[in-house]
Amino acid sequence: MDTLKTVTGTATPFGQKNVDTDVIIPAKWLKTITRDGLGEGAFETVRETPGNVFDDPAYAGAPILIAGDNFGCGSSREHAAWAILDLGIRVVIAPSYSDIFSGNAVKNGILPVVLPQDAIDRLMEVAREGSPITVDLDTQTVTTEYQDRFPFEIDPFRKRCLLNGLDEVALTLERDAAIGSFEKRRAATQGWLSAGTNT
Amino acid sequence: MASKPLTLYEKIWNAHVVERREDGTSLIYIDRHLVHEVTSPQAFEALRMAGRPVRRPELTLAVPDHNLPTTARRDASGGKVPIADPQSAAQLAALEKNAPDFGIRYIGDADAEQGIVHVVGPEQGFSLPGTTIVCGDSHTASHGGLGALAFGIGTSEVEHVLATQTLLLQQSKPMVVCVEGALGPGVSAKDLILHIIGVIGAAGGTGHVIEYRGPVFEAMSVEERLTVCNMSIEAGARAGLIAPDETVFRYLKNRPMAPKGADWDAALAYWRTLHSDDGAVFAKSVTINAADVAPTVTWGTSPEDVVPITGSVPSPDSFADESKRAAAAKSLDYMGLSPGTAMTDVPVENIFIGSCTNSRIEDLRSAAEILRGRRKADNVRWAIVVPGSGLVKAMAEDEGLDRIFTEAGFEWREPGCSACLGMNPDKVPSGERCASTSNRNFVGRQGPGARTHLVSPAMAAAAAVTGKLTDVRELQK
Repeated sequence: MDTLKTVTGTATPFGQKNVDTDVIIPAKWLKTITRDGLGEGAFETVRETPGNVFDDPAYAGAPILIAGDNFGCGSSREHAAWAILDLGIRVVIAPSYSDIFSGNAVKNGILPVVLPQDAIDRLMEVAREGSPITVDLDTQTVTTEYQDRFPFEIDPFRKRCLLNGLDEVALTLERDAAIGSFEKRRAATQGWLSAGTNT
Repeated sequence: MASKPLTLYEKIWNAHVVERREDGTSLIYIDRHLVHEVTSPQAFEALRMAGRPVRRPELTLAVPDHNLPTTARRDASGGKVPIADPQSAAQLAALEKNAPDFGIRYIGDADAEQGIVHVVGPEQGFSLPGTTIVCGDSHTASHGGLGALAFGIGTSEVEHVLATQTLLLQQSKPMVVCVEGALGPGVSAKDLILHIIGVIGAAGGTGHVIEYRGPVFEAMSVEERLTVCNMSIEAGARAGLIAPDETVFRYLKNRPMAPKGADWDAALAYWRTLHSDDGAVFAKSVTINAADVAPTVTWGTSPEDVVPITGSVPSPDSFADESKRAAAAKSLDYMGLSPGTAMTDVPVENIFIGSCTNSRIEDLRSAAEILRGRRKADNVRWAIVVPGSGLVKAMAEDEGLDRIFTEAGFEWREPGCSACLGMNPDKVPSGERCASTSNRNFVGRQGPGARTHLVSPAMAAAAAVTGKLTDVRELQK
């Protein structure tokens, strides 16, 4: 996973509320057995409308996406994060996310920034002008060339994973002994938990 | 000193903490893991590339469901019917290979037990009260109907569970939805959960785990509880829970993978402790009067867009919130509906009875009860019933339900996710409507341009009979 410290660039002003992962990547694109190339299907139904932001040359290659409330709701498909990453997006800024999507985003090196709606409204204006936005994970701030400065909160573990590009599975495997002793303790007190699983 | 009263969610969470970490996350042990073909190939591939084994293969169960066509899977001579879509075939083949490669139990496409993962888990007794259950599918919340802490995960987490049998999680906040009183005639568990989502909104449960409490839930069968918890994710909640009771214990006893003998007794003693303590504190609380719930339908493209069947299509101007007004206008445009139209004047060309929300035996019974001696209307072009599992299908056939459906003009299919999501051949054509017992009315969910109205099984059957959205109570008179 690529590390993420600071991202500066244009932002795509999308901004809709309740954008579900079926909209981010429709089901027909989920038949793949790899993580690659999903950008082609990203926001497919949105892109059917002429003049949509994703096909607007002004935002081509924008590393930041500005979205609305409850972004990434619905299906748990990590393909939504893979599709967004494949578009070159490293930061999403929205008032809120579904729990599953924001987790999936971080695991793929995408930073989901949470900001209040008035900050989103302002950033949408800046994005529409084509002015760059800077997102600094270290200092947890979003800034513009107009002296806008919006601080944001992020879970410290997620921050560490993004800054260092950590492999979570490898980290947890280091806790093998703790997991093993938990399993032993439970096997002794709640043996029924694995009773039916070996048949 | 008395210990702090805990919610059911907190009790299950605490029982699964391997380690609490300084950064506020916890390493949580996962008791049960369900795997299907769509969200697992990349996880298995990552394990293979890193040379990592599956830590506890016996705690994972693999079942194909999303991609499988629901037409016959064996030809007259018993040979396997090939899957036409090469990508679907490759994905299904990957699971069929990955499961045995990693020592995981696999229920194959033509096995009697095959079905939708969330139907199979409870049915096999794989899903148990008080356990943590995950699957790379957001409707894993279903299993909360048994009193399990069950939630959907992404593919990276699928890999994490396979490799470590744990997940690194931030604890959610406990939320309670209390329903007072009793549901009226013709009002089902599906109507209730649609109504609840309408009240709390599609993001109302974000960051929370919902516990459903009240006499309505206590009176519900396991099937109905699974329906309610299934759609918790549609309110944004990580999971939904109902405290397990004798109804659940009776349902689980003697299921193939449920504990037996002394193990059963030990499990039962533990399960009886699984309820929120008096005085337990919930971060958020919503109270609903069951008498306010009518048979409910959706009009828009978010599950929060609900209205009683006796109501009409709302005007976007009726919403206070600016972004909701814009979203409603877009939804109505997509749905081809005008404000003020009575919901019972909306014609439907397609009927889908199935999905992890409503494909269990009781769902099929309630739809069949409406269809007995009736036939679908001429304008209903396509009507299908897709049982949730091979066992549900066999039980329904024993009861003669399949004949009621076929005589009413429905197709009787093989188990799978079917028309809930546009991933297999069962799709709703662009611009057409579907009265669907599934869980999502998202844009393009049932196929590009498809217009979905979420309803209960009985309401879907009623719509089939009249050819338009219909108050099922009119047909029950």
